[in-house]
Amino acid sequence: MQNDFRSIKIDREKCQGRMACMRICPTQAIRVRNRKATLLNDRCIDCGMCVRVCPNNAVVPQTSSFSDFTRFKYTIALPSPVLYSQFRGEFTPGAILNAFKKIGFDDAYDVACASEAVSIAIQEFLDNSTLNQTYISPFCPVIVRLIQIRYPNLLENLIPIDSPMEIAAREAKNLKMKETGLNAKEIGVIYITPCPAKMIAIKNPPRKKYSFVDGAISIAQIYPNLLQALNQQDTVGAKEVKGIGLGWPILGGQVSTLRAHDTIAIAGIMEVIRIFEDLENGKLKNIKYIECHSCSTACVGGSLNVENPYMSRNRVIKLLEKYGNTPCQDRDYVKNLIQKNFFSLPGKIDATPIAPIDSDISQALKKMQEKVTIYEKLPKIDCGACGSPDCNTFAEDIITNNAEIEDCIFVAMKKFENLSVELIDIVKKHSNKIYRNINI
Amino acid sequence: MNEVFSQTYEIRGNDFQNAGKVSTDIKTLLKQLGIRPEIIRKVAIACYEAEMNIVMYAKIGTMRMDIDTEKIKITVSDQGPGIADIELAMTEGYSTATQEMREMGFGAGMGLPNIKKNSDEFKIESTLGIGTKLEITIFIN
Ligand SMILES: Nc1ncnc2c1ncn2[C@@H]1O[C@H](COP(=O)(O)OP(=O)(O)OP(=O)(O)O)[C@@H](O)[C@H]1O
Ligand code: SF4
Ligand SMILES: [Mg+2]
Repeated sequence: MQNDFRSIKIDREKCQGRMACMRICPTQAIRVRNRKATLLNDRCIDCGMCVRVCPNNAVVPQTSSFSDFTRFKYTIALPSPVLYSQFRGEFTPGAILNAFKKIGFDDAYDVACASEAVSIAIQEFLDNSTLNQTYISPFCPVIVRLIQIRYPNLLENLIPIDSPMEIAAREAKNLKMKETGLNAKEIGVIYITPCPAKMIAIKNPPRKKYSFVDGAISIAQIYPNLLQALNQQDTVGAKEVKGIGLGWPILGGQVSTLRAHDTIAIAGIMEVIRIFEDLENGKLKNIKYIECHSCSTACVGGSLNVENPYMSRNRVIKLLEKYGNTPCQDRDYVKNLIQKNFFSLPGKIDATPIAPIDSDISQALKKMQEKVTIYEKLPKIDCGACGSPDCNTFAEDIITNNAEIEDCIFVAMKKFENLSVELIDIVKKHSNKIYRNINI
Repeated sequence: MNEVFSQTYEIRGNDFQNAGKVSTDIKTLLKQLGIRPEIIRKVAIACYEAEMNIVMYAKIGTMRMDIDTEKIKITVSDQGPGIADIELAMTEGYSTATQEMREMGFGAGMGLPNIKKNSDEFKIESTLGIGTKLEITIFIN
């Protein structure tokens, strides 16, 4: 486990300290010091907002590079179903999978079918759950991370079911081991990802020791080659991809597959935070399942996609109309697998809270009082010029010795003004004495 | 010396738009202080229910929080109609919530009982026509 792995890094060479990332970060995880942005790893939830807004492309997603995969004898591409929605042409999901064989992969495997199986597993879990509990979908890694950091009370609400990515990876690996006679280490499963966050689900999978996925390449990175291959290949012989799992990339994609009607679907990290506050306050008692996405248009809006999220959404809906009605899974077979704990995850997810302002409660109370006093002196306009995202965070940075009050240009200016007044007084007082014997 | 940190928040009656905000601010603060999650959960529920009762029934009120190294004390006082029969109000399921409030998901009559359940010490006093005051204490350790 690499708990401190973060799926983005700031390239200090490219960074010009323009603060767009700092301003948009929903967890105040970025500071600008000496004209360079720095990431506070313990606060970052891997949402990728900074990746989107950086004017210098200095926030670099930590996805894999192709050279990471030369150690494998056989490679399987495992594209997020989001990929099916990225082409304006009439390429079928089957044809898209096929094209991977033309761009250096040995095979490609569909994830949407695993999503359908996971939908069934969720339904069964909710039907059999006797607890009066609101469950949260754990499939967006940002949401899991947000809960680990800020809502440790909600860790038990994360539904203990494995992700379609993992289920599909395990299936693909097993299948190819049988087919090729190679062992697990010789077969590489590479996720084609809409977001950097999936990298943390690979490096540090919730409730698991290791992931069945060996790395991830972004949709954007693979797109040009894939498009070229698609334009060249003939589409005959493509497998048909089908089932309700095709709808998972859009908002409501999960809950629309559930019979349970006490479900809600939420997209956008700020909206998710609002719902988590309610949940922690004991509201939302009769909601059984919450589908949560960090991205405001769900996974079709991932930061590493190429297509406009609204166009993608439209494409997903079309795919659903065309292929969604034919089941991909045999319900009874999946239920049988559920009995064998094929989908459930027994482990626990640890809380990783942000360090308190002091580990000693007495000191913490004292510092909190200081913080309030400092905050009252600040202009409260959240301009960010100090290098902290807002006046409140700046006050916190001061009491934790990560900033000085004069870093605020308004405070500094006021101080300068007061000093100037004092200086003029001194000058006036002494000038009479100084000049009394001199004639200029 | 025993350090104390205090903060007072104002809550306005009928302000459903900001309802829950005070509880959220208090939770954020407690997390920054490093208070344990189990304790935060209790405070969250108690504060939220108390906040909502002001929003729903009173004209205006304040929530004052005093934290020291041992306990969190929350004093909620409002100017409002007051409660005629406290024992009845404390009964699970008793509610005078209007139809509109019920449509918004309130009015299960569980607020006050839940506040009591989640506090280690609980006091309530009320004067008809003047207002209501709650004193909630939750121990940190
Ligand atoms: N601050 C207050 N001022 C006046 N009346 C109050 C106040 N708080 C509670 N009450 C009265 O006590 C009753 C019970 O309160 P309680 O919080 O237990 O339930 P509720 O608010 O009706 O429903 P719920 O809290 O479950 O949404 C209320 O319906 C109301 O009549
Ligand atoms: S919503 Fe989807 S695309 Fe966005 S961060 Fe979460 S998993 Fe990734
Ligand atoms: Mg109430």
